[in-house]
Amino acid sequence: MDIARVFREEYGRAVSVLVRAFGDIDLAEEAVQDAFAEAVRRWPSSGPPPSPAGWIITTARNRAIDRVRRESTRDDRQAAAVLAAEDEGETEVVGDDRLRLIFTCCHPALAPAAQVALTLRLLGGLTTAEIARAFLVPEPTMAQRLVRAKGKIRDAGIPYRVPEDLAARLRPVLAVVYLVFNEGYVASSGRELVRDDLCAEAIRLGRLLVELMPEEPEVVGLLALMLLTAARSAARTDADGAVVLLRDQDRTRWDRDLITEGQALVRWCLKRGEPGPYQLQAAINAVHSDAATAAATDWPQIVALYDQLLAMTPTPIVALNRAVAVAEITGPRAALAIVDDLNLDSYYLFHAIRADLLRRLGWVEQAADAYDAAIARADNAVEREHLCRRREALTS
Amino acid sequence: MKQYLLSVYQPDGDLPPAEILEPIMQDLVAWNQELRDAGAWVFGAGLLPPSTATVVRVKDSELLLTDGPFVEGKEHLGGFTVIAAPDLDAAVAWGRRLSEITTLPIEVRPLQGT
Repeated sequence: MDIARVFREEYGRAVSVLVRAFGDIDLAEEAVQDAFAEAVRRWPSSGPPPSPAGWIITTARNRAIDRVRRESTRDDRQAAAVLAAEDEGETEVVGDDRLRLIFTCCHPALAPAAQVALTLRLLGGLTTAEIARAFLVPEPTMAQRLVRAKGKIRDAGIPYRVPEDLAARLRPVLAVVYLVFNEGYVASSGRELVRDDLCAEAIRLGRLLVELMPEEPEVVGLLALMLLTAARSAARTDADGAVVLLRDQDRTRWDRDLITEGQALVRWCLKRGEPGPYQLQAAINAVHSDAATAAATDWPQIVALYDQLLAMTPTPIVALNRAVAVAEITGPRAALAIVDDLNLDSYYLFHAIRADLLRRLGWVEQAADAYDAAIARADNAVEREHLCRRREALTS
Repeated sequence: MKQYLLSVYQPDGDLPPAEILEPIMQDLVAWNQELRDAGAWVFGAGLLPPSTATVVRVKDSELLLTDGPFVEGKEHLGGFTVIAAPDLDAAVAWGRRLSEITTLPIEVRPLQGT
């Protein structure tokens, strides 16, 4: 029994259920952590229970009740919640508690950075240290951010519910889900390139959002984007775990089911005719997944989609990605001119892309410098090794 | 029910002319009635301009009075309402109406111990 895996898969569900039952995030977290600690003590000798998730939730619920009874400092409101919780069925779930908790975590009354941190903490089960690393801030800073956000939810009375005016409250939710996906797709630190658990969680949340809001094109677009991106996951590393670039990938290893599903969603979006940033990025990925070989890629179509995206969201990251597509049509020199105008010095991909363009132009020395800059800024070990190999290949 | 303070922040300087201010004041009266009808009204008041304010301070048991508001800023507190609301979303909904009526930003802040 892999308790770590159960933790990843069930932490968010358990916390969500407990938050609904007790209306207290800290209590919910403490109780769920207690339950997992108990699982670590018991399961190795007793064997796992038939339903590990149910066991965790039931144990956590009992622990929470014990805690509230023990701590006389908790107020009457919580004592009432305990009684209500005791009346409730074992693991009965009304609606999706996780969705409710996402909207709470992504409430616009919380700072955007806090929204992401809370979602990763409460729904993804990431530790404070992991979230701090993911967002490149010191751990105490992240801990303080989480404490403040939870305090505001409690003190300002931010409700645990899915808002009635969904469209208005959607933007931060989509942004957070996509950030979680990205953190999983290129883990910003550590040994693994892809953290499937985070990708899977983000896609699961994406599906849930589509189920709830089937008529919101950007919700559908985000799911399509994540599916089409995740479809390439298996081909992104070779047998040794090293990075394989899109143009070198074995396309037979792409997940056809995810591509089919993602492309169908993109077609639905096109028919809707209300393009948004997620839909456009999904469309770009749909074009990639259409090409049987890298050479068969419809680059003009991709540049046209990037033009539209850049008009809608004129960020340097979009401009950088567009430059990569431009390089395929007009060559590395035109792309380099675009890239050199961008102010992205702290972003490792900026330097990696520059390095590749310089390499293609035959400017070995400058390319090596750019690779060094990229290596210095890449926190993921697999990405760093890839960059080191590319740098070595320059001179050999 | 929690209680929330809705604070109206207005720019320093002269008030807008009567033809702009009067309809706003009428809407405010109606909004206050709405609050009472909904059972959400707790307490509220408009304030006279900061030029009418006096700051009281005690130093070494001696009373020190100074003219003017304590905080010099580009905006000042123009008035406030305390409301009862089940959660922040409900409080924000009232704050939103107040902002629409006054065309001013509204700070929504929970009261301690409610």
